[in-house]
Amino acid sequence: MSTQERKPILQARGLVKRYGHVTAIDGADFDLYEGEILAVIGDNGAGKSSMIKALSGAVIPDEGEIMLDGEKVHFKSPIEARRAGIETVYQDLAVAPALDIATNLFLGREQRRKGPLGSVLRMLDKNGMKEQAAQHMRDLQIGIRSMSQAVETLSGGQRQGVAVARSAAWARKLVIMDEPTAALGVKESNQVLELIRRVRDNGLPVILISHNMPHVFEIADRIHVHRLGKRVAVVDPKEHSMHEVVGIMTGAVVHDIEHPDQVAGQAEKPAAGSEAPGSRAAGR
Amino acid sequence: MTQPQTEPAPPGGQAPPPGAAQERRRALDAERLAQLGPLIALVLVCAFFATQSDRFLTGSNFSLVFQQVMVIGTLAIGQTIIILTAGIDLSCGVVMAFGSIVMTKMAVDNNVPPVLAILLGILACVGFGFVNGGFVTALGLPPFIVTLGTYNIAFALTHIYSNDETISTLPTAMTKLGEGFSVGGTQVTYGSLVCLALFIGAWFALSQTAWGRHVYTLGDNSEAARLMGISVRRKLLMVYVIAGAFYGVAALLLVSRTNVGDPNAGVTENLEAITAVVLGGTSLFGGRGTVIGTLIGALIIGVLRNGLVLMGVASIYQVLITGILVILAVSVDQLARRRAR
Repeated sequence: MSTQERKPILQARGLVKRYGHVTAIDGADFDLYEGEILAVIGDNGAGKSSMIKALSGAVIPDEGEIMLDGEKVHFKSPIEARRAGIETVYQDLAVAPALDIATNLFLGREQRRKGPLGSVLRMLDKNGMKEQAAQHMRDLQIGIRSMSQAVETLSGGQRQGVAVARSAAWARKLVIMDEPTAALGVKESNQVLELIRRVRDNGLPVILISHNMPHVFEIADRIHVHRLGKRVAVVDPKEHSMHEVVGIMTGAVVHDIEHPDQVAGQAEKPAAGSEAPGSRAAGR
Repeated sequence: MTQPQTEPAPPGGQAPPPGAAQERRRALDAERLAQLGPLIALVLVCAFFATQSDRFLTGSNFSLVFQQVMVIGTLAIGQTIIILTAGIDLSCGVVMAFGSIVMTKMAVDNNVPPVLAILLGILACVGFGFVNGGFVTALGLPPFIVTLGTYNIAFALTHIYSNDETISTLPTAMTKLGEGFSVGGTQVTYGSLVCLALFIGAWFALSQTAWGRHVYTLGDNSEAARLMGISVRRKLLMVYVIAGAFYGVAALLLVSRTNVGDPNAGVTENLEAITAVVLGGTSLFGGRGTVIGTLIGALIIGVLRNGLVLMGVASIYQVLITGILVILAVSVDQLARRRAR
């Protein structure tokens, strides 16, 4: 497989997280390679968001290890993960609507002027930040010229563009996108998907968490399927149908992660079986 | 930049939906109206009084207006910072009154050196800011409720501590800011200059520093602030503490202007400070507004009071007109923003 030759960026082995009697992460493994968009899918309650939180420092796992660029890391907070070069784009955008684009791009990482104006008076280098913000937006071919515009004057897709540009600007290792299209319409979703591709093409691997199968199949290079707290499969969207993948996700198909080629053969019967209840329901 | 510019979007890029440019222009208009509206109102009010009274447009009269405005102006700076974070402080005026009683009583009854007494008074106000901010951040209580409580506490403490007596015969160091110098026959008090300096300092901190950007973000989208690694609680607590320091300075300005420690002070100033902020175009929902607008708002209140006195109108009409103006200001703001959306 081609992924074997590529360099792993973020890996996890045997992650476990328990909340009382509930095991949210049950020995999960994870691999993200350079230059790829890895989609993470799983039913509600499968524990995929817990795993992602462990990878981004929002949850501290009880067991297991996480390796960034081959080195073990122990994030105690999202801020530590961010310092290590992992940025997250959130579903609800996490932008300040009344503030301008440049301010949003540099939120929490403002740059001060050089000299005493910056060091003594702590004055912001507004022009410098605007120029850099414009450059970051150009890198992703987002067609907004004025960085002084308030974010609320932008369309939903453009707002998410600002959030994507911010994470791409600061991420040194990878970007996590948590349902980036969930709040958007069809056209704006497509714009954001295009942006995600550009982020990858500009050299940052992307973890995409999404419930939207067509979106996942449109842009993912590989799909990590999460079920019952662990990874049950990693599939190539070009080799498997959406139907098969949903089957794995819901447990209708048992996928052998060590011998992924077998899934195609196995998929026929259970997938057909899983379809039956649906068609019956439709017949009523 | 007067108009947002959009370059032709590349294939598959972020093409603005049709009409987006129009929407944006309207949004900008609303923003500009929010900023220019208060200034236009101030000019109109001044123009009106200029036609009604010969004495209005004189240097000495404006000096008087500014001396009256400096107390609520300084209070309103603290109030502005809090309102920008989507909070409110109903206790500002009575906290100031408490601070003024602390500093005057310490100096007069306890023979504390005036400068130390002043610092203790300011510290008392900072303490109230800490209590307000502490309950808002640690317990997540609504600022409205917390400051309603501290309003009563500060009011009661002021009267208990002062025995309901006005404190007079203050040391001269304490009333120094009420003095001033003359520029071409117009009296300029040191207190007015202190107030102006505080406005400039607050403007700088809010508009030119990262701290200021974070204050706006707290009111605009505090979740975004948290996700971007800003320590929301600590910042918010500091906002209330800093506001308390402004109330402390306002207490000193009040004392220097009236030459007494008055336990009954602060009640009208309390709501006037909020009124100044709102008239100045700052949104009560947080995240929008400027401290310069607040200065204009405070001047509108001061000019109204002064002009109506010059016209011989009973002072209760000033309260009436201020009330109408507040509702008008909030309505215009709300309508403009709704149209923009």
